[in-house]
Amino acid sequence: MATLVVPDHPSPVQDAESLRKACQGWGTDEKAIIQILGHRNAVQRNQIRKAYEELYQENLIKRLESELSGDFEKAVYRWLLDPAERDAVLAHVAVKDSMLDYQTIIEIACVRSSEELLAVKRAYHLRYKHSLDEDVASHTTGDFRKLLVALVSTFRYDGDEINVSLAESEAKLLHEVIKGKAFSHEEIIRILSTRSKSQLNATFNCYRDAHGTSITKSLLDDPADEFLAALRMAIRCITFPQKYFEKVLRNAVNKGRTDEDALTRVIVTRAEKDLNDIKELYHKRNNASLEHAINKHTSGDYKAFLLALLGDKEL
Amino acid sequence: MALPGDLDALTKAFSGFGVDENSIISILGKWHPEQRKSFRKGFPQFFREDKRLFERWDERHIAFLEHEFLRFKNAMVLWTLHPWERDARLAKEALAKGDYDILVEIACTRSSEELLGARRAYHSLFDHSIEEDVAYSVNDSNRNLLVALVSSYRYEGARVNEEIAETEAKTLSEAIKNAEKRPIENEEVVRIITTRSKLHLKAVFNYYKEISGTTTEEDLEEGSSLSYTIQCISSPKTYFSKILASALKGSADEKNKQALTRVIVTQADSYMKEISEEYHKQHGVSLSQKIEETTNGNYKDFLLTLVARGD
Repeated sequence: MATLVVPDHPSPVQDAESLRKACQGWGTDEKAIIQILGHRNAVQRNQIRKAYEELYQENLIKRLESELSGDFEKAVYRWLLDPAERDAVLAHVAVKDSMLDYQTIIEIACVRSSEELLAVKRAYHLRYKHSLDEDVASHTTGDFRKLLVALVSTFRYDGDEINVSLAESEAKLLHEVIKGKAFSHEEIIRILSTRSKSQLNATFNCYRDAHGTSITKSLLDDPADEFLAALRMAIRCITFPQKYFEKVLRNAVNKGRTDEDALTRVIVTRAEKDLNDIKELYHKRNNASLEHAINKHTSGDYKAFLLALLGDKEL
Repeated sequence: MALPGDLDALTKAFSGFGVDENSIISILGKWHPEQRKSFRKGFPQFFREDKRLFERWDERHIAFLEHEFLRFKNAMVLWTLHPWERDARLAKEALAKGDYDILVEIACTRSSEELLGARRAYHSLFDHSIEEDVAYSVNDSNRNLLVALVSSYRYEGARVNEEIAETEAKTLSEAIKNAEKRPIENEEVVRIITTRSKLHLKAVFNYYKEISGTTTEEDLEEGSSLSYTIQCISSPKTYFSKILASALKGSADEKNKQALTRVIVTQADSYMKEISEEYHKQHGVSLSQKIEETTNGNYKDFLLTLVARGD
């Protein structure tokens, strides 16, 4: 379930005017910005952007980029984009990162539905004059390339039909490949990147039934092996994305330095989807609410914005 | 007694592509039993004397005639299908028969959105994604190339980075000239060919020619998937014209013959005009004329109508 709280009938024109007012003069009225944008869904945000452009012949996003700064600015920027554009931007940043942020790429490729991923790729074409596939391919090598390119270029069957005997035979195949440890990654990549999510869930269930342990545990061999980490991540994103996101959030606040990029990414991309479920999982796992963690590890307007997206009634 | 002229006409009605329905009706339909018997006795290529004293139809000819009678129906059905469903069904059949060249043809000559549509239709028709079926069925060195081709969603804009194109042409050249490893097993070759935009690739192939003095087609193994891929991307009209020429040759086998229907039906709304012109250029005779000479009946009329749409 979503956490975003939205009023009944907001007026895009009024919102655009209020935002304009918030940006005029010496300072910026961040509270007003949060109050409005933090409580509008994707359709409404698009309407506001259009209304603002018509009224003031200026791009709202560019204006806010210049008025705001730091993590708050990054969060608002990503929030204002429409979901497909946002994912395209996130993917582009991830690909160009010198350390290749494969985590974001896997998240986008595996958590989104087939149609959503398609929309991301279209937005990517428009924005960057390249295909996402070609950029991922040209910035990766070897098995990583094979895995990531396959995951982003797939257009999975999105129905519920599953073939039980195929699930059993592919579970067996996976077990043999994993046990053999001289991984020919080809078969794992083939199955993971082409089968439908329903089929994969069936396969992983068969795996667990037959071997008493989940496939991700079987892939725990060498913690330093990044390729295995990527595989596990992909599997988690496909089978139980909310639990995966809970872990991302937990890691973002538990390490020495708070990882604001990860916090922003998860909260902004899931606020209109399943952030509420993620919140509940977080609370169960950490004995404290996500809001509590955000309160403790972030500050200022950035904090206020995240809390608004989390549905914090305070604002 | 059957008139000799009738026999000739009837022979012609059954040779080449499709059948001449009108001749069959006007000649065969009129014959009474005696005439039909002498037809059977006079045509050892269709009938042979069975030991139980009757003229028996040769099995191969039954099969042959079935194909010919079905050509018009198949063309018509293929034509009426939604292009997405058409390509999805063609792909499925090609995969089942191991006709990788047809898979390459579909993946590389359709636009990004057309290929996407075919992938959607594939979901509906077969409850699987096309890439999962290709990945599962293809077990030789073609797998990576074919899976990547059917999964591609290429950028279709005008922007080309000349520097990168030149670098990639060098990579391609080294990979193809490398005697140790087959180019299709080279990751960089597959990456470039399956992810870059078609415009970018055309630039790459031009640089390739500048660098190595030869074209990629000349350097690649003929009939290989990689060769078909590059042909389809660099010049679909040349590729299709070649296929049509093979189909219309006297020695064409059934697979080649089916290409006639497939190419004309799938290209009637796309490249038909360019293909006709290219065919004329290469063979000195117009495509329509060649079709007129080689095909019969309703099938012929249907094809000619489709080809004429390009004019």
